Amino acid sequence: MNLSKILKNVLLVVLFGLIVTACATKKSVKTTTESTTTKAAETQSETQKADPIEKLDALMQGDVYIGSDTVGELASGVPDRVFFATNETILTTASRETLRKQAAWLRQNSDVTVVVEGHADERGTREYNLALGERRANAAKDYLMTYGVSSDRIKVLSYGKERPVDSGSNPLSWSKNRRSVTVKAN
Amino acid sequence: MKKNLFLIILFYVILKPSISFSLVEIDITRGNLDPMPISVSPFFSDKITDENIKKNLNIENLGLEISKVIENNLEKTGLFDAIEKEAFLQKPDIAHLKPRFEDWALIKSQVLITGKVTSKIINEKDYINIEFKLWDVLGAKMVDGFSLTTTPRSWRRVGHKISDKVYERLTGESGYFDTRIIYVAEEGPKTQRIKKLALMDQDGFNTKYITLGSELVLTPRFNPANDKEITYMSYFRNMPRVYIVNLQTGEQKVVGDFRGMTFAPRFSPDGKKLIMSLAKDGNSEIWVRNLETNIQEKLTDHPSIDTSPSYSPDGKFITFNSDRSGYQQIYVMRSDGSKVKRISFGKGIYGTPVWSPRGDLIAFTKLHKGKFFIGVMRTDGTGERLLTENFYQEAPSWSPNGRIIIFYRETKTDDKGQGFSAKLWSIDLTGYNERLVSTETDASDPSWSSLLGN
Repeated sequence: MNLSKILKNVLLVVLFGLIVTACATKKSVKTTTESTTTKAAETQSETQKADPIEKLDALMQGDVYIGSDTVGELASGVPDRVFFATNETILTTASRETLRKQAAWLRQNSDVTVVVEGHADERGTREYNLALGERRANAAKDYLMTYGVSSDRIKVLSYGKERPVDSGSNPLSWSKNRRSVTVKAN
Repeated sequence: MKKNLFLIILFYVILKPSISFSLVEIDITRGNLDPMPISVSPFFSDKITDENIKKNLNIENLGLEISKVIENNLEKTGLFDAIEKEAFLQKPDIAHLKPRFEDWALIKSQVLITGKVTSKIINEKDYINIEFKLWDVLGAKMVDGFSLTTTPRSWRRVGHKISDKVYERLTGESGYFDTRIIYVAEEGPKTQRIKKLALMDQDGFNTKYITLGSELVLTPRFNPANDKEITYMSYFRNMPRVYIVNLQTGEQKVVGDFRGMTFAPRFSPDGKKLIMSLAKDGNSEIWVRNLETNIQEKLTDHPSIDTSPSYSPDGKFITFNSDRSGYQQIYVMRSDGSKVKRISFGKGIYGTPVWSPRGDLIAFTKLHKGKFFIGVMRTDGTGERLLTENFYQEAPSWSPNGRIIIFYRETKTDDKGQGFSAKLWSIDLTGYNERLVSTETDASDPSWSSLLGN
């Protein structure tokens, strides 16, 4: 009896210890991941060193590209492009922020006209992608109009999947290619 | 002009005996499990002919070249196995007169093709006469043949016409060799592709470039009722629009007066109408334009993407793809736009439906679990059959006899984004006999002509 009681206590202690260690391990792993992710987002050189999955976490949200590679400027401090999810034409929060910046700049520079180019990734049929690109460009155009840019200053031009910026055949490359780009036309 | 191109002197040397069907016949509805051994003897010619041809075409042995055209066509069907010419025991001229059937049976040939080339001068112009005979070796008799006269430079077409005759005689199906393919020739890095319209014979010869590559061009398609006419989409002056081109005169005109992008054009079977998509204000609808009356009409009315329309061969229906259900799927409607019905219900997304010239099937592209398939289904959506799977492929186009589908395939690039290529491929309706279609450059968006007229 005594022996079994002692054994039981020992077992309980061991078990308890195991649980605590397990929790601690989990926690520490999680913390590491978080810190890596944050760092990766901060500097690009870091991102390149990080392993592929963490890199994707930093550069894509869902499957929308959120990095800065390939992004040019319509004007100083005004990014020229926004990105879309697969088969989607919905503007993300980040996209709307970018487009508001574009609209503000266009309101200040009322002589400028633009072409909004709509693009799709290579994972769709050519004709459907032409239509999808046109939709994306119009989603951006409509938003610019909502923020005070008159429609006669904005042309749309769909390229479908014909003009990728990234020639890779992987989810990250595709996410960079699903975009609309606002280009000065004059 | 037309007469000069193809003066056909019709002589079907032998009456077509109905009994000859019994011996040599191929069932083309099953795979190419057992190709039929066939001998194509070099066509023979006399010395004067040889000299004239050398002068006109700079070809040493035209008879041999013609036999190679035929051999190549027939072998690519997967239904025939051409026996090496070194094995032939009989000389071409004697074989053409009257084969010693035992000699051909000895080398296991079931069918023999022989022929003769003769130069001719008509109205002081050079012509060639090509005669051909098709022999049933086991039945020990001639089963078909013809003779035709043409300008020397059309010699390959005669080879194709002979191939068509042989194919028709042995399979009971109409041929598809005297045809052309219009496609988009591609060059340069993936991010800056240069694209040109290109036209070639079905076997990859006689490539001609129709545009220079200064603007983006896409999706050329033959007029099924006129092999001298195509429609395509061009980004000329950054205005993506549908055009019609006359291949003989080079004349081209924009189709309709639309504010917005027009794309995805296809002719009606009689060539009198053109269906296409118009994208405007973020919405793509299908339109038809009557090319005789210039009246244009919107056929679909839905806030989703409606595109890639294709007529049924009787012109009564149109199949197209739409994402109105949330994803790209295939629909069929009457050609006036009424009675829209979804027909694809399998797993994955479906696009680029193209109605078979026979009317019973629709070829399509399917994307499922990250793979692209080319398949066929009945026009009510039943009987889906996937013919080929790959990383990326799309844009099926039917051979005029509805037995073969041509499409394009793109490769996956490596880690550095290198190694991209686009090529044309063909596959039999049976799912067998998948083949690379040779092109001078990278290629996409193929469209197969009808059998060429004269």
